[in-house]
Amino acid sequence: MAAVTGTTLVEGATPPARRTRPGIRQFPVWRWVILIVVGAYFIIPLVAALRFTGWSSFPQVVHQEGFSAAFELSVKLAAITTVLTIVLMLPTTVYVHLRLPRLRRLMEGITILPIVIPPVVLIVGVLQVAPGFLKSTPYLLALIYVVLAMPFAYRAFDAGLRALDLQTLVEASQSLGAGWRSTLWRVMLPNLRTAMLSATVLTVALVLGEFTMASLDLYQTFPVWIVAFDQTSGPISVAASLLALFVTWIFLLAITLIGGRTSRGGAEVSLFSVSRRVTR
Amino acid sequence: MKAARGRRNSDDTVGQDAGNSSGAIVRLQNLSRAFGTTRALDGLDLELAPGELVALLGPSGCGKTTALRIVAGFETADSGAVKVDGHDVSGIPAAKRDMGMVFQSYSLFPNMSALENVSFGLRMRRLGAADRQRRAADLLDMVGLTPQGKQYPHQLSGGQQQRVALARALAIEPRVLLLDEPLSALDAKVRLQLREQIRSLQQRLGTTTLFVTHDQEEALSMADRVGVMHNGRLEQIATPDELYDRPATPFVAEFVGIMNRIPAALLELLGASALAADVVRHPESPAGAVDVLVRPEGLRLAASSTGNGIVVSRTFLGQLTRVSVRLSGDVVVQVDQQSTEAAALTPGDPVDVSMAGAPVMLADR
Amino acid sequence: MAQQTDTVVAPDTPGGSGARPARPGRVLGARLRSARTLLGVLPFTVYVVLGLVLPAVAIAVGAFQDSSTGGFTLSNVKTAATGIYLHGFETTLGVAVITSIVPGIVGFLVAYAIFTAKRGALLRRCVITASGVFANFGGVPLAFLFIATLGSTGMVTAWLTDIGLNPYTNGFDLYTFSGIVVVYMYFQIPLMVLVMLPALEGLRPAWREAANNLGAGAWQYWRYVGGPVLLPSFLGCVLLLFGSAFSAYATAEALTSGSVPLTAIQIGSFLNGNVLAGQQNVGKALGLGMIVIIAIVMTAYAVLQRRAAQWLR
Repeated sequence: MAAVTGTTLVEGATPPARRTRPGIRQFPVWRWVILIVVGAYFIIPLVAALRFTGWSSFPQVVHQEGFSAAFELSVKLAAITTVLTIVLMLPTTVYVHLRLPRLRRLMEGITILPIVIPPVVLIVGVLQVAPGFLKSTPYLLALIYVVLAMPFAYRAFDAGLRALDLQTLVEASQSLGAGWRSTLWRVMLPNLRTAMLSATVLTVALVLGEFTMASLDLYQTFPVWIVAFDQTSGPISVAASLLALFVTWIFLLAITLIGGRTSRGGAEVSLFSVSRRVTR
Repeated sequence: MKAARGRRNSDDTVGQDAGNSSGAIVRLQNLSRAFGTTRALDGLDLELAPGELVALLGPSGCGKTTALRIVAGFETADSGAVKVDGHDVSGIPAAKRDMGMVFQSYSLFPNMSALENVSFGLRMRRLGAADRQRRAADLLDMVGLTPQGKQYPHQLSGGQQQRVALARALAIEPRVLLLDEPLSALDAKVRLQLREQIRSLQQRLGTTTLFVTHDQEEALSMADRVGVMHNGRLEQIATPDELYDRPATPFVAEFVGIMNRIPAALLELLGASALAADVVRHPESPAGAVDVLVRPEGLRLAASSTGNGIVVSRTFLGQLTRVSVRLSGDVVVQVDQQSTEAAALTPGDPVDVSMAGAPVMLADR
Repeated sequence: MAQQTDTVVAPDTPGGSGARPARPGRVLGARLRSARTLLGVLPFTVYVVLGLVLPAVAIAVGAFQDSSTGGFTLSNVKTAATGIYLHGFETTLGVAVITSIVPGIVGFLVAYAIFTAKRGALLRRCVITASGVFANFGGVPLAFLFIATLGSTGMVTAWLTDIGLNPYTNGFDLYTFSGIVVVYMYFQIPLMVLVMLPALEGLRPAWREAANNLGAGAWQYWRYVGGPVLLPSFLGCVLLLFGSAFSAYATAEALTSGSVPLTAIQIGSFLNGNVLAGQQNVGKALGLGMIVIIAIVMTAYAVLQRRAAQWLR
């Protein structure tokens, strides 16, 4: 499965109040056991990988043959995909929230579809129907990545909008005399900053990590390069992988911190949120 | 039903149950609880007579909810005890205290129908299915929700949910009924209907009830006695009349109903040169300057070009109108006037305010 | 008793007060207007059709097309359901089932273990962020991580051999089924944590207290209230994990280079041209099969979520 995310932070929503429940003992033993065992399962491979590559491998990654080309390609694709995704999904989500609220169910259903059609299957279909001129450039991948990013971008924007009560804000803005452009620029976008940040991070993480479609489309993006390079030097490949992981982690951490600080108490909205709770 | 509960009566209680759930005597003795540095409860002493409905009233943070939760068993007091019919229940876990509790909202189990919710406590007490059904149906009928028996909480309105919650708490025939601001989350009209229903049900069953609320109207209209709490202490516990007419402290005086606070220096202006000796002073001998506390109905108003005040605003309340008057010195008082007379007043009019009787209390400035 | 007059509360969503109903007599105008409002979602619709629907249709059609004549045939589908391809499906199903149930349970336990911590507590934050990262961490890097750990010369392999428990002599091999299962857990467990947490948060403390007050102990609470309420989301999440494991390609490819028969890998090999003559479209049939299976799973997931949303509101 392509990139999946955890939480997107939402501005302006306050978490529901929770009372401490004294009946529940504070952290009984079994909880620590679980956390430690699971924690070990996750950390040990990282340690093993570090041991395997050695610290000296990291700086060397950048100098390897094919690295810059592959990395550059991945970055370019990430940029294009992100811009396209936001340009496509943000207005659509806003529009649906404002004008076609009944379509929201449908939108959720549609945006689940890219998850239903596995990337490996999708690329088969795409290569079948794509026009020749597109197939000969790697940018076809960018176009398809937008489809992959759709579920996450939609949910990030949807969560952000739901916490906003956009309808009221827009009406207030209009009653004070603002036209559509001002409303968009001064009212909507500033309040959606966190959602946009989430969507951006998710999309970038997705593209930088996407292997399946790129390799089957025969273009050497960064992940594809890592696998290919493994034939040449295992430690370097592992180092590159660790770097990729580390960068993603920094990204997500940054968004957690920034989102948490700018919003009033920011609420964590999970991607696969179960409840339609009113977050006011 | 009784066999399943195994309730014991203490020797010193008089005239106990004959088969219905007539209430127990509940005593809160010197309860104290601190959360970190905040003293949520500071030596609370309270006794509820059998079948009595006592309301704990106070602003948020005054400790009333903490007290209730200690009685229910969801919190433990740092010191003090809770005694039911003479037995100390402090060490008994919540599940075994045999008290029915109604929470503020969303406490119905979402995966069960109304009937199943109501019979849950009976199931815990191992009542047979047929008995459970019957009793649950009886209780739903008592709260007027028989047609909604098979419905799920998400299909019920807020008011209906709370009625089911009430039925659920009463189904187990508790010795004590605890209500934690059960009406706060409902709209005004529903709140009124439910108030009556709770009160009449409670009286009919004779269950000793402790009711927590921040809404004084609710407390005053429903309770046999009301305990006003502030900063973890019980300022006064009395019948609603007494609280209103003879408040024990300035806090109670100002919390219950509307109260004017006038610096004693302005008394002459109001034509009351000397204060009657039997006016309550709080503390006993207030040092230095005092304020006079007097109710809106304790003041009189008359239009006069040489008056001591200027009308600021009017609030129509039906038969009476509450007139805001600014006295010299930037003090604003509320005066209740018959609407027919007050109708002629407009903001800016000069009026003369005078005291119509003894003030309620003298308090420290 | 007095007749109750308050209305049933309907699920409310802010910012979605619903389109106003058309006034009678203006139906035509309303229809035109709503047609125009639908234009707003046109770009999105076009993109979805071109990028998703079209390829999917191409696959569905191609699955039934004879690769040389272009005529209708069931041979692709038949081939896809037999022999090594059937084996592929079985293996994939096996992997998906194991790596949805086991991480499902483990993930639930982890989620439960941290959810009692107060919001904003360090542990909670760390675990959630870590889960977000690890759930993302599939494919290639993950494979390499585990090669370094549990490969034939991996670190943990060495440790275990030292204490006499060489996994490779006990039936484990990173580059086969058992290895894939172990590796998939790395992103399945965090995924489960992330999707279970909001469901757990939907468990109101009032329910626990009310149950307690009515005489229920911990076991009874979970049996009658907590368990039933959480079950739909739990099952739904497990299904999500199933879908995720079923469609995974990158990790398995990087790890096994195609030596384990997995449907996803097999589909990929069709694109690489390792195909028998006349069987070019079998890959599409395989793809179609995959889509069908996952569609069923996701429908079940949606139904379960709907139920969970009702209760956990």
